[in-house]
Amino acid sequence: MDTSQDMPATMDNSLTLPVAHEGSSSPRIDCRNIKVFYGEAQAIHDVSMTFPDRAVTALIGPSGCGKSTFLRCLNRMNDTIENCRVEGEILMDGENINDADVDPVLLRSRVGMVFQKPNPFPKSIYDNIAYGPRIHGLANGREDLDAIVEKSLRRAGLWDEVKDRLAAPGTGLSGGQQQRLCIARAIAVQPEVILMDEPCSALDPIATARIEELIDELRNRYCIVIVTHSMQQAARVSQRTAFFHLGNLVELGDTNQIFTNPREKRTEDYITGRFG
Amino acid sequence: MSDHIVSAYSEELERLSAEIMKMGGIVETMIDDASRALGSNDLELAKEVVARDPLVDAIEADAERQIVSLIARRQPMGHDLRMILSAMKISSELERIGDLSKNIAKRAQRLDENVNIEMRNAIMRMAQPVSRQLREVLNAYATASADKALAVWSSDDDIDHHYNSVFREMLTYLIEDPRRITAGAHMLFMAKNLERIGDHCTNIAEFVYYQVVGDYLSELERPKQNQV
Repeated sequence: MDTSQDMPATMDNSLTLPVAHEGSSSPRIDCRNIKVFYGEAQAIHDVSMTFPDRAVTALIGPSGCGKSTFLRCLNRMNDTIENCRVEGEILMDGENINDADVDPVLLRSRVGMVFQKPNPFPKSIYDNIAYGPRIHGLANGREDLDAIVEKSLRRAGLWDEVKDRLAAPGTGLSGGQQQRLCIARAIAVQPEVILMDEPCSALDPIATARIEELIDELRNRYCIVIVTHSMQQAARVSQRTAFFHLGNLVELGDTNQIFTNPREKRTEDYITGRFG
Repeated sequence: MSDHIVSAYSEELERLSAEIMKMGGIVETMIDDASRALGSNDLELAKEVVARDPLVDAIEADAERQIVSLIARRQPMGHDLRMILSAMKISSELERIGDLSKNIAKRAQRLDENVNIEMRNAIMRMAQPVSRQLREVLNAYATASADKALAVWSSDDDIDHHYNSVFREMLTYLIEDPRRITAGAHMLFMAKNLERIGDHCTNIAEFVYYQVVGDYLSELERPKQNQV
């Protein structure tokens, strides 16, 4: 599992990190004509879509439809894959994130990611959260860092459960707690966007419900994009849903519309469980 | 529409839809037979119609159990969700139509056998287009036809016109001969029941349309003709 967004090799402290953006209606991410190739094979065919701020967009579709590949374009995680090539423009604040002068490490602090399997660092709970702010120079001294750790854990709904054992290893937490720890770690560096790649598929229903509740709260501050195999989860947590099939964006719409009255037959077949 | 990957799900949906059709079929015979019983003063037939109502209620209860189970176990989406919700609504509309037909049959049993045949005929004449509306809306349901549903929905004003004229006709009979007041009162209720059945048919047409198209027909303006 790749955690390079959490362990940057270089750091540029001069970057002014964006402060929480006030409810802009303009899209946070604007993808134009995205094509992704693995060698000769094309995994994504000319997908254009936007991701609004302060809303959850769910990407659904059968395995191999390209939804995870597409998600990974949004913070250039595909850079880490040999022979993977991304074409098209992905604009954040008018800047193409694929431009040569964009530092992927900085990009990944703006666009955080949470993975399918919780992947805390083999460190204390405290250090899991403090790591990013420390290396990004976000904290002025210990007190400030303590405050960031507490705030991040609170936002991730984990504070009350771990406040008395911050020095304990993060890997000792339950699966659901570990996943919330990873979310806390992602938000500790003040991202604008949070990408989630099947964040609940390794969790039980109760832990899943906690994460979903958390996603709903985080939506007030962030642009969230979630890939999920569970259509019920997409229906529960998202405001917009995009259905992918064979590397194409088949349908994008209001979540209510997609699940009650999809316009495309392929979407209908998929959400009603008729797909071959 | 192709089948679900889980074939038991398709079977459950088919069973539900068959249940609604069965209910519709029984209710259709209730209207027709209530009207015939009235026309020919056939008290036995009227009694039979009344006896059919518990069966309709039982099917409605059973359909509701199936619907609850489908929602809980299958988490229906898209067309399936709309079909299930429509089935729930349509079954309660049919149950109401059954009640109203039963009421007509009950009143038919209370009428004096010497009651003016013209009065009986007036109700029977009105029952025909109402019964046709029900037949056609059930046909729209069976064939999942939005066009047929729309046609039923748009033609309810014929029944409303009919109701208005039956109402006036009844009043003239009552004015002519006050001894007809008891029968006339029953018949005014019968006419009202038929008019209500027409309204339930338009409701069913709305649910069929929603199931098929996914939009709400009721948001369009339908001309209202009932002036009584």
